[in-house]
Order: sequence, then structure tokens, then C-alpha cells
Amino acid sequence: MTSATGIGARVVRTEDKRFLTGTGRYVDDLPLARATYAYFLRSPHAHAKIKSIDISAAEKSPGVVNIFTGKDLVDAKVGGLICGWVVKDKNGEPHKSPPHPVMAVDTVRYVGDTVAMVVANSYDEAKDAAEAIRVDYEVLPAIVDLAKAFDKGAPQVHAEAPGNLIYDWEIGVKADVDAAFAKAAHVTKMDIVNNRLIPNAMEPRAAAAEYDKGTGNYTLWSTSQNPHVLRLILSAFVLGIPEHKLRVIAPDVGGGFGSKIFCYADETMVCWAASRVGRPIKWTAERTESFQTDCHGRDHVTHAELALDKDGKFLALKVETIANMGAYLSTFSTAVPTYLYATLLAGQYTTPLIYANVKAAVTHTAPVDAYRGAGRPEATFVIETIVSKAAAELKMDPAELRRKNFIPAEAFPYQTPVALQYDSGNYPPIIDEAMRIADYAGFEARRAEAKSRGKLRGIGFSSYIEACGLAPSQVIGQLGGGVGQWESAQIKFNPTGNVQVITGSHSHGQGHETTFAQLVHDRLGVPMDQIEVVHGDTSTTTFGMGTYGSRSLAVGGSAIMKATDKIIAKGKKIAAHLMEADVADVVFENGTFKVAGTDKAVPLAQAVFAAYVPHNYPLAEIEPGMDENAFYDPANFVYPAGTQICEVEIDPETGIVEVIAHTAVDDFGNIINPMIVEGQVHGGIVQGVGQALFEGAVYDKNTGQLLSGSFMDYTMPRADNFPSFKLGYKVTPCPHNPLGVKGCGEAGAIAAPAAVMNAVHNALAPIGVKHVEMPATPLNVWQSIQGAQRAAAE
Amino acid sequence: MAKLHVSTTINGEPQEFLCDAEQSMLDVLRGPLGLTGAKEGCGTGDCGACTITLNGRIVCSCLMLAAEAEGQEIGTIEGMAGEELHPLQQKFLESAALQCGICTPGVLMAAKALLEKNPDPTEHEVRFWLAGNLCRCTGYDKIIRAVMDTAADMRAAR
Amino acid sequence: MYDFAYHRPKSVADAVALLKGKEEARPMSGGMTLIPTLKQRLAKPSDVVDLGGVKELAGIKVEGGNVVIGAMTKHGDVATSADVKAHIPALADLAGHIGDPQVRNRGTIGGSVANADPAADYPAAVVALNATVTTNTGKHAADGFFKGLFETALGEGEIITSISFPKPEKAAYMKFPNPASRYAMVGVFVAKTASGVRVAVTGAGPSVFRVKAMEEALSKNFSSDAIKDIKVPATDLNSDIHGSAEYRAHLVGVMARRAVDKANK
Repeated sequence: MTSATGIGARVVRTEDKRFLTGTGRYVDDLPLARATYAYFLRSPHAHAKIKSIDISAAEKSPGVVNIFTGKDLVDAKVGGLICGWVVKDKNGEPHKSPPHPVMAVDTVRYVGDTVAMVVANSYDEAKDAAEAIRVDYEVLPAIVDLAKAFDKGAPQVHAEAPGNLIYDWEIGVKADVDAAFAKAAHVTKMDIVNNRLIPNAMEPRAAAAEYDKGTGNYTLWSTSQNPHVLRLILSAFVLGIPEHKLRVIAPDVGGGFGSKIFCYADETMVCWAASRVGRPIKWTAERTESFQTDCHGRDHVTHAELALDKDGKFLALKVETIANMGAYLSTFSTAVPTYLYATLLAGQYTTPLIYANVKAAVTHTAPVDAYRGAGRPEATFVIETIVSKAAAELKMDPAELRRKNFIPAEAFPYQTPVALQYDSGNYPPIIDEAMRIADYAGFEARRAEAKSRGKLRGIGFSSYIEACGLAPSQVIGQLGGGVGQWESAQIKFNPTGNVQVITGSHSHGQGHETTFAQLVHDRLGVPMDQIEVVHGDTSTTTFGMGTYGSRSLAVGGSAIMKATDKIIAKGKKIAAHLMEADVADVVFENGTFKVAGTDKAVPLAQAVFAAYVPHNYPLAEIEPGMDENAFYDPANFVYPAGTQICEVEIDPETGIVEVIAHTAVDDFGNIINPMIVEGQVHGGIVQGVGQALFEGAVYDKNTGQLLSGSFMDYTMPRADNFPSFKLGYKVTPCPHNPLGVKGCGEAGAIAAPAAVMNAVHNALAPIGVKHVEMPATPLNVWQSIQGAQRAAAE
Repeated sequence: MAKLHVSTTINGEPQEFLCDAEQSMLDVLRGPLGLTGAKEGCGTGDCGACTITLNGRIVCSCLMLAAEAEGQEIGTIEGMAGEELHPLQQKFLESAALQCGICTPGVLMAAKALLEKNPDPTEHEVRFWLAGNLCRCTGYDKIIRAVMDTAADMRAAR
Repeated sequence: MYDFAYHRPKSVADAVALLKGKEEARPMSGGMTLIPTLKQRLAKPSDVVDLGGVKELAGIKVEGGNVVIGAMTKHGDVATSADVKAHIPALADLAGHIGDPQVRNRGTIGGSVANADPAADYPAAVVALNATVTTNTGKHAADGFFKGLFETALGEGEIITSISFPKPEKAAYMKFPNPASRYAMVGVFVAKTASGVRVAVTGAGPSVFRVKAMEEALSKNFSSDAIKDIKVPATDLNSDIHGSAEYRAHLVGVMARRAVDKANK
């Protein structure tokens, strides 16, 4: 059905009116009567032994209700926080799994590690009391420099992970790859750092909890991307509260980007303490705490080599990466630099042989886990940087070298050498369209014009592939994933014909309330304003897996489609009864059941009413009611792909890089709401450009203090850093889900860093600069230029 | 310490409240006054999510003492729409110039202040003006366009 | 924030009496530095004396060859003042690029100058334009007012009431903002006045400083070419994750040349 509000239409977002008028309801907005407020005392040291904690003075501080330390959790037999993905190393051994106490017991392992929880009548009083807690630390040497984490004599983070090694993992056959390199006409080599990022969702993480003594029920409000998963972890592994006694609500949530997937210490404590305090507890992170304790992203050190034959065909790729896990293994941390990274190293290319070795290290820094793209930006950065470098070395056009190696359209489904089977795609038209939009042909003239103004202009490509919507569950299980990867949906009609669409995914900015309603509207003909999408509350929604990895539409949307199938099937039986027709003759069109070739018709609303008031109803054959559940477990990942082209100008005197133009052409399969998709791409690009030019988490290498611990020091992308973006689309529908959709949430952030850095290198190549480390801050660029000038002078 | 008694005007209505000297305007708005539209994104004046107007000029309410409101006029996002949405709100709605909604109240307050003093801003001026409002979702693109488009509509309607 | 007593005096005399009479009283002008400092619990004043109610401290007037700006005048008002734009456009330009609109609507010139943040913009203008800082007790010449990191010549209970800027023949300010905070990582204010050329640098060192070699060269020839070979030593300059001392030293040269070009436009 095509309509102004159906699939493919630019439907105005249903959720926006409340956000525009200041009436959204986020965790911190909750009014809770008799609430207490929590403040967490955090470790000021990167690594220290806790010799003693004295809370006696703090307990006497005005307004204090309760103070808890790690010892209280040990006494209460509270479990540790878990890592839910078991990665097996080269030898088939599971990764090292050091304990992750909710609050530190005898050792702190990063600046921000949780040491004590103070609950008081007001937040200021809690903070006052925390200042009166006396912790006697014995400060120990810390390791924060990832490149040195495995060095002999490096400070050890956990006794359970000797040498700071969590796993030494590999994919591919090294001997085969080495043999291919031996025959190569050209080898391009590269050492790169994928800079560590701090997610900085604009809503800080927050939690509130209350305990009902009468029923024994806990309610936890959390800024979570996946409330059911959070409940499962808290119930089954950490707190032992039976699942049915714990209600987790993730109301309006202000952005996540991965950082709100995980189960954190503070929300765990708020929940646990609620029954002990006997009053509701509220906690919202200060921004400094977000910087210190939200899981960070990326942080890889990589050496890569690409072997090419004399015609520029890729023969083999070899990648060695050290990935930082931080001080503890967060919920999905182990999977990010392995199954979400190395399996993507084929990119859009036919590279026949790939070997990747990934070593995961623990360091005295905040835990690192999935952040927008999670592994795939790191993979794309490796491939797309080395391909552009190879093109430069071979004096080939970077687009030409890419085209020469693209997987041809007729080769799909395409089995890569690194486990994944790409289901669909057609890459050459994407890069053609991107080059057309970006006016690639006119670039040299623009470069010359910029030069006349003293500016260095450069252009860079990034042709990415991503694998979204982790699936199928059985494969994920074989790879060590601890959860299923399906999604649930429920379509629950009310007798008057309006409908609740209940999803197990969670919207924290993505616009699910609109996109999912469009699906139901399009399929069932129910008007948009008669549809309510419900999500985020474990008590009102079916168990679901939540939102991450660009999965919600491909997996959650498909579940909704499955549920609509069931509604239509049941409706047909009811309509057949009402029309006194054979079910086989009933068709469903534009919201109405009809008997082909007759004028008999029953609108869906009439069938729904009949189902709830079954006076004239086939009760012998079917149950009353119109309420259908569906679970959808995909057959494969989905594989969005695209090309971005970035054009920059560099002021060689100051090192400032300015993004002049940025083009993105994507294949997301079918698009439900183009307006929402554009926003996802825009936001992703800015996060990707942010990584390339601005953002970097910097720890002091000796003390382990976070030097970029506020917006005054961590450069966030701001409105005046960007031009307007140019977008385009090509569509190859996903063949294995009912909507033909692929997922768009992470693409921008995955592709942009390489596009920007390739443009930076392209701009600086004429003055002899070989390499600029990401982020290409003015300082980094200026120092690189100085280095090149010194090298030229020598 | 004894509470301070403050008489002020919020969104055109007289309002009295009690506060501590060390409470910020944002604390009082979000707490006792129940006006949770302004958000705390950083608490240090760097993100703009708490933007309100003080005598018609935008300020970060996290960096304003509640006591300073005495005798002044405060405007918040809750007062932006009348019976109808403000043209900026309407344009943001039509063009999906928001995602998670946390920065939105601050962005709208700032954009409204811009258009009141400059009804015909260039893209550069809009971007520079809104540089104090962090948004992590939208990439700013649709926000900037929505403000430009609203300005054009409002000029045309005059 | 820790507890404190809040006062909102209506006159300079009352404000000074409060500041002198209390143990650990702190004046608050715009609060753009003080409030974050209090929130981070880096200061514990007994009393905060809000100068926002002192009407006599705000306003801009032109007196003879000087633009006199009241201490409580907000950055946004300096930026948009017709008088400042007409007589010292470089100063309006500087004020219009401090922080963001929310900061410019609250932060004041007196607060900024009294705070003497090494990365603040106004100190460069005060020194380069050879301004006079007037307080409740007397007057301070620009040279010698800024004594070091967050240190000025202001005494106990002394508050700035206005700053008088002589009109220059030509002037311009060029700022290289810190990418994250947008404070000046290096800001150079160049002014050609009846009494000579002054070049003042903020952001690069612990306090604003003049570059005499540039001033001499520009006095002979007010063009960017005249200073293209003058290097500022990196010794004693600030260094942080956004800029090494060497980079800052280099930027002083770049920003100075650009400021001269801008002044000549």
C-alpha cells in the first residue's frame, strides 16, 4: 500500500510533540515521593590497593540515610558484573575472565572505579558525606598505554589475566596469507591507531529504584537501550532478584550510541539498595562521571598489510590488532574487536585471503565496549585507509582501485574469507552516484583554487560494509554469544479498533514510535493516529532484546510484520464467518477483508469488534480477541553498504582541518521513513567526523588520570564545525527479511573516519606528509607538517 | 541556612519559591517547580541543554543561582507554545529536526532568541549561534535547516 | 556547591562593605567562572556578593577619546554596542567571539578582567589598547595589572567599576580557539595607537604578555611582513593536550600577522 503515511513516506514523528514542548519523561524527570539521592564515591587513582575505608564520620553527616561499600556486597553475596560473550582464543580456550565486582573490594583499577555509595535526603548532602569518607589507598603503578600493555614488567591489572592478556584470537589461515604475500607485486603497510572515544549521549546515565515491601517487587528506572536484557543480567547473575519481581523501565532515553546497552555498577547499586533504604533512590551521573565511567569506544592499535598483484587486484590482507578492554570486561566487550571487527575485514572487496590476529588487553582505564558501529568502524578504518594508501603508492585513482576490487553484483550471495556471507549488494553504482553528487570530476579545479588562497584541499573515499542485526541466534550461540538475537512484537487491538504495537526493541532517539506505526498502518490500514507503539517497560512488553547494532527495524520490524500476518490470518477467519464465505476466498486489501469477485466486505475494525464482542463469531474454531505475538529470528545479518566522500581544506599555518563537503550514498535496502533515515545518517557522519578530527579520550600515561574528562577538554562536534551534508541512496532489498530492510543507524559513523582521514592525507600529500594520526586535531596536523618539513630538510 | 524567598515571573506568570543560596535556577525549575523541560546535560554551562531566557536573553540555567531570579522574568520551553506550537516547534516537528529530545528544549530556546534579533540569519550565523548547544544525535543538519526555513516562513508571513 | 550566604547589594559601597565584612566573601559578576568553580567544590566562600543588582556598574559611554565600559557590562552588550562598534570595532569583535551566546549574555567584562584567566580574551584587549582599569579605590594602568595566573593588582575588597579603552588608530584581535572549550589557546590583540603599537598575547602563557620585538617592528612598518621573521620563544608557554608550547609559540606569530592584516583591512 502506498499512502502519505505508509512505507516510504516522510511521516512526521509521533514522539516529537512531547520532546518539543518539554514534556518528555526521562529518568531524571521522574517525581518520586520521599526520594533519597545517591552519590557514588569514585576512585581518584588508576590503580591502588584499598587498605581501609572509614565511613564513621560520613555516617554522622547531615541527611545521610545509608552508606554502602564493596564489603557490604560481599556480605550480601551479590554477584559481579558479567561479560556475556565468551570468545575462544587461538587454542580454543575461553577468554580470561577476571572478576568485576560491582563496587571495588580491595583494589581499584581505573579512575572512576566505584568505591562507595552514599544515600542521603538530598544530592548535596550525599556529596558532603562522601567527602567525609576516609579511604586509605596504597597507590600502585598503572598501565594505561595500550601499546605497552603486554610489555614485560608492565603493571598487572588482574591476577586472572597474566600479562594483561584477555585473549589472543585469530581468524583465517596465516600460512595461506603469507604465501600470497610472497607472490605479491606490491605490498602496502600501515600502522594506525583507532582513537579511544567517549560516547557522551546528551542525557547522562541515570537510575531510580523503589522497593514495595508489601509485594516484594522492585522497580528500576534506567537509561537503558535494552531493559529486558538488563533485568535478565541483574536477576540471573548479579542481584538474584527473581525476574518476575523486578520491573525495569527505560522511559524516554536521551541517546545511547551503545553506551546504554550495558549493565553498570551504579544502576545495579541503586536497585539493590532500594530495599535496604526503604525509600526510592534517585541517581543521575554528573557529566564528569559520564566521562569517567560510561563505557568508552574503539581504542585499537593496528598493523596491517595489503598484498596486490601487478594489476592492482587485492591478493591478501593481514591485520594485527591490539584492542583495549579497559580495566574490566563490560557486557559485550569481548565480541567487539573479534566477531564485529575481524569478520568485516573483507569490506566491499573480493580479497580472497584474510588473516587477522586480535589480542585483547586489560589496562587501568574505564571499560571499553560497543560504541556506535562497534568493531565495524574500526574494520572500515583499516580497510579503507590501506586501500587509499595503496592507491596513492601505485599512483592509481582511489575510486578506480576500489572498483577494480569490488565484489560484482552477480556474485551475491557472496561468501567472504572471514566467515560472513553477504546476502545482497551492488557496490559500483553507489560509488558512481557518490562521485556524481560530490562532483569528483571537478575536484582538481577546486584544489587549485584553494591553493591560490593558501589552503590545501583534499578528497577522500570510504566504501564501507557493515553487518547489522546480529543473527541467527544459533550461530551467535556457536560464536560464544550469551543471548538470543531474535526480537518480539505484539499487536494488541482494542475493541474500538485502535491498536497497541508492543516491541521488545527500545527507542532512544531513533523514532521507532513512528517507523513501527508506519509498518502497521501500511500493512493493516489502521490510521496512524490510532496506533500506539509501546516499548521500554518489562511489565508491559514481551521479553525483547532491545536496540543496538542497527537491528531494530531489520529484526524488530520484521517481528512486527510477522505479528501482522497473524492478525490478518485470524481476521480472515472472522471475516469469512461474518460474510459467510470460505476463508480461502477472503483477501485483505487496504484494511478490509473482501471476497474476491463479490461486493462483500468487512473492515478490519469490524472483525476486531467481533473478536471482542463475539456474539456472531466462530467460537468453535477460534478464540475471541485480536492480540497476536510474534518472535522473529533472522536467517542472517543484514549488510548495509555505501560510499562516503569527504572534501577538506587545511590551513597549513595552523593545522586546522575544515570539512568543506561530505557526501554519503547508502544502500539500506528498502527505506520506511526517509526523513528519519537522513537524520540517522547525518548524526552518524558527525560522530565519525568527530572521531577523525576532534574527539579523543586521553589518559595521562603515568598517573592514569583522564585528561579529557569534560567538555572543556574533550572536543565535541558543534554546529559550526560542519557544512550541510549531501546524501543519496541505492536500493538492493535484503532478501531474507520481510521488509527488505538493512539498518541505517551506524553507517555514518562507520564510514566517515576513513573518508575524512583519506581526505586529510590527500590534502597533505603534496607537501610530503606521510601520516597523520587520528584525531587530526590542529596540533596533530601541524606537528605532522613540521615532521615532514624536517624530514625534507634532512 | 534559612531558605531564601524568591518572587519572580516564569513564562509570564508570577511565581514564588523557596530555595537555598547554592541551588541553581535549573535545580529549582526541575525540582520544586516541576518544570522538567530544561535538561541538565553537563551542569557546567558547556552543552546548552538547560537554556532558558532571563529577561528575554538566553542563559544556561545551570549557571544561574535561583536567588538571582528575584524580580526578573524567566522563560522556559514550557512557555514556548501557546494554543499552537511556536513556528520553530512546528518546523522542527515537520522536518524531524530532533531525535532523542534532550537537547531540543535548549536548541529551541536559543533558536527563538536568534530569530528575534536576527530574522534573516545566514547558515553560518545560525551555526555559530547554536554552537553552544550540543546535540549528539542529529548531526545538526536538520536543526540548522529547520531554523533557516522557519526564519524564511516568518519573514514571508510578516 | 557548599553552603554560602547570598547577597545582592544595590550599590558599590554596599557591595564593598559586604566583601570586607565577611570572612571568605567572593564577588560574583557574571558567575561564568565562579558558579562552575562552586559546583565543582573547588571554592568554599562564606558569602557570595552578587553584583548583578548594582545598576551603576553597567553601561557603555564614550568620553572624549575613550570608550568607557562599566564592569558589569555583558559581553553580548559590548559586542552589539553601536559605540564600541564605531570606535573600537576590534573590541566588539573580540566580545562577540567569547564563549557562546549563553555565556555572552551573562559574563561581564569586569568579571573576566578581574578573574585574569590565562585563556580569557579581554586581557589582551586591555593590555594592547593600554586601557585603564578603574576600581572603587583608584585606577590601574593596563601594564602591571595582570600579575600572573589568575592574579591581578586588585587588593582586598577592591572591585572593578569600569574600564576605559582609548580609541586606537587601528586594531584587530585574532583568536585561535581551543577546539574543545573555545577559550583562547592563543589570542593576539594588535593595536596601533597615538602612543605607539602594542601587541598583547593571551592564552599562550600563564598571563597576558606583550611582544616587544613585534611592537618595535610594527612601529616602523605596520604590516604583517614586518613581523614575519619574529619568533616568540616557547619557553614558559602553556602546554596541554590541545597545544604544545612550541605550537602555541608558532601560533602567536601566525595570529599576530593575521591580526595586523585584519587591522589594515
